[in-house]
Amino acid sequence: MAQALNQGAAQAIPAASDQPMIQLSAVNKWYGQFHVLKDIDLTVYTGERIVVCGPSGSGKSTMIRCINRLEEHQKGKIVVDGVELTHDLKKIEQVRREVGMVFQHFNLFPHLTVLENLTLAPIWVRKMPKKDAEEVAMTYLKRVKIPEQASKYPGQLSGGQQQRVAIARSLCMNPKVMLFDEPTSALDPEMIKEVLDVMIGLAETGMTMICVTHEMGFARTVANRVIFMDRGEIIEQNDPEEFFKNPKSERTKLFLSQILHH
Amino acid sequence: MADISADTTANNNLNAQMEPGLRPSLPPPTLETGAVGWLRHNLFSSWVNAILTVLALYILYLIIPPFLAWAVFDATWTVPPLAAGVEDHPPQFADCRANAGACWIFVEARLPQFVYGFYTAEQRWRVDIVFLILAVSIFGLLSERIKRKKELAIFFFAIFPILAFWLLYGGLGLEVVETRLWGGFMLTLILSGIGIVFSLPLGVLLALGRRSDLPVVHMLCVVMIEFVRGVPLITILFMANVMLPFFLPPGVEFNVLLRVLLGVTIFAAAYMAEVVRGGLQALPKGQYEGAMAMGLGYWQMMRLIILPQALRIAIPGIVNNFISLTQDTTLVAIVGLYDFLNIVRAGSRDTNWLGTEIEGYVFCALVYWIFCFAMSRYSMHLERKLHTGHKKR
Ligand SMILES: Nc1ncnc2c1ncn2[C@@H]1O[C@H](COP(=O)(O)OP(=O)(O)OP(=O)(O)O)[C@@H](O)[C@H]1O
Ligand SMILES: [Mg+2]
Repeated sequence: MAQALNQGAAQAIPAASDQPMIQLSAVNKWYGQFHVLKDIDLTVYTGERIVVCGPSGSGKSTMIRCINRLEEHQKGKIVVDGVELTHDLKKIEQVRREVGMVFQHFNLFPHLTVLENLTLAPIWVRKMPKKDAEEVAMTYLKRVKIPEQASKYPGQLSGGQQQRVAIARSLCMNPKVMLFDEPTSALDPEMIKEVLDVMIGLAETGMTMICVTHEMGFARTVANRVIFMDRGEIIEQNDPEEFFKNPKSERTKLFLSQILHH
Repeated sequence: MADISADTTANNNLNAQMEPGLRPSLPPPTLETGAVGWLRHNLFSSWVNAILTVLALYILYLIIPPFLAWAVFDATWTVPPLAAGVEDHPPQFADCRANAGACWIFVEARLPQFVYGFYTAEQRWRVDIVFLILAVSIFGLLSERIKRKKELAIFFFAIFPILAFWLLYGGLGLEVVETRLWGGFMLTLILSGIGIVFSLPLGVLLALGRRSDLPVVHMLCVVMIEFVRGVPLITILFMANVMLPFFLPPGVEFNVLLRVLLGVTIFAAAYMAEVVRGGLQALPKGQYEGAMAMGLGYWQMMRLIILPQALRIAIPGIVNNFISLTQDTTLVAIVGLYDFLNIVRAGSRDTNWLGTEIEGYVFCALVYWIFCFAMSRYSMHLERKLHTGHKKR
């Protein structure tokens, strides 16, 4: 799979700029006594594509969920596109409008059709006229290659199709950043590729992306940087080539040997 | 070998036509068909089942024929012609003596009072208009063939109540009919209608409040819900009747009907809140996160994503509450109101109609049953209609 994804994609993907889009400085978070995030420092530049990996429970989800404030951090500073995340609801909603998120379990709205899922936020949050929203939605449905499913309900689609709808739903808000939290790990193997292909296509448009994933082929193909987390800390980060060839820390080596031999 | 490949192509064709979700699933093949097969399969599948079936049939045999004889065949349906030598009189129980069965002329003679209570007779057309508008709008709201639901809903929930109040109570050119004259079926309909319309939104607010992160809101809602649920409705009605005046400035009169309405609505809302909370809890956290991640605000998220799903899940419980609310309105008799049941009961205590209590209760039971059964059927239909999973259509 890794090779198949590699072919041809690498050159097409644009390079990152030096404008910071997301800045985490000394971010700390606790669940009760449990210290989930320990002094996380991370700057993501506009157009950069970051893959985050690490063992289960290391805080990957928690970190990216702090970026759109689905989780609250207790210490440190998070700035997204120039807006600092505090208790201010206005700012939180402002950030969420610009940050799309794709979940492991899709989180589509089962009582709405695919098209309604896509137009909901543009209509209610962006105040877009319904007709325009539907036009935009159809463009993105074509982009994820399922325009013919527009009038179906999510419950009638396969897992891979649902995840593609979820990606399209986020894109309809025209976000500046996309966060992915293990988007393929709830999918059957034969559906993983169709979702990864969509994500590669997205990377080619220059979207700023942070993906928590263990799809190392994908990481090699699109990432500018791979980040390894363990026990709430960023242990190591490097460009994919170096990261996979010469992991520096013992923990990274152990982790890589475990997942690559799966 | 050739056979197998032919088979797979056939299968592929079948799959192409039968993409899931496009058609309803076909029922599985039945092994035995026809009435005999059905009987054997369902009623006589084992010895125990066969004995139960026979027993049930015997019990039905004991109950149904005598009941039908009383209610239909031996009943008095119309006022008999005056016998010679009998003085002309208004219809009364004595007119039913000739037949052994039910005395339905009681219901016939008293029907206007059962429907309107003591409402001024010349003004009853006003009540009829309200009934008519109510029936038409409910039909319009529930029927799938009628479009323009939004306009209808605005009319029904915003304009109709004011219009109905004006028509029923009077003023502005209409003769005033005091609420103490309201009664019978009309009163029952008002009590349960208003209870239903207000208890649901109030219950939703209480349920949301109970799940709120704001400690004050949370505590207030918990106290309110738990207090009301811990006290019988009769007590609340008494309190509404006796205690409410203490909280009002002296001189402010608070109508009995209004007090009772308030009591019934708050009571129903507390139960509704718990049913709605059950629905809210059944939704996975991912639905909230999906909505929040797109920048929807709290109320948008609730209105567009969470409540439509939570309420759908809660439909059986909600309708259950509607049905018990309708039946609980009979308790207003305790504070001196003549709702449908109470007025029928009072009617059969009339000296002219002594001995017609059973007829009265059977008639009441039938009317309540028709309404509650209709609600129950509609809720089942609604549940099926709102189902959007694989089975849809
Ligand atoms: N709401 C919570 N309350 C308490 N502990 C939590 C909560 N959410 C997560 N945790 C804990 O925080 C730690 C980090 O969780 P997180 O979901 O970020 O890990 P992860 O790296 O995404 O793991 P996975 O690969 O399994 O998704 C885990 O040990 C988890 O048990
Ligand atoms: Mg995770």
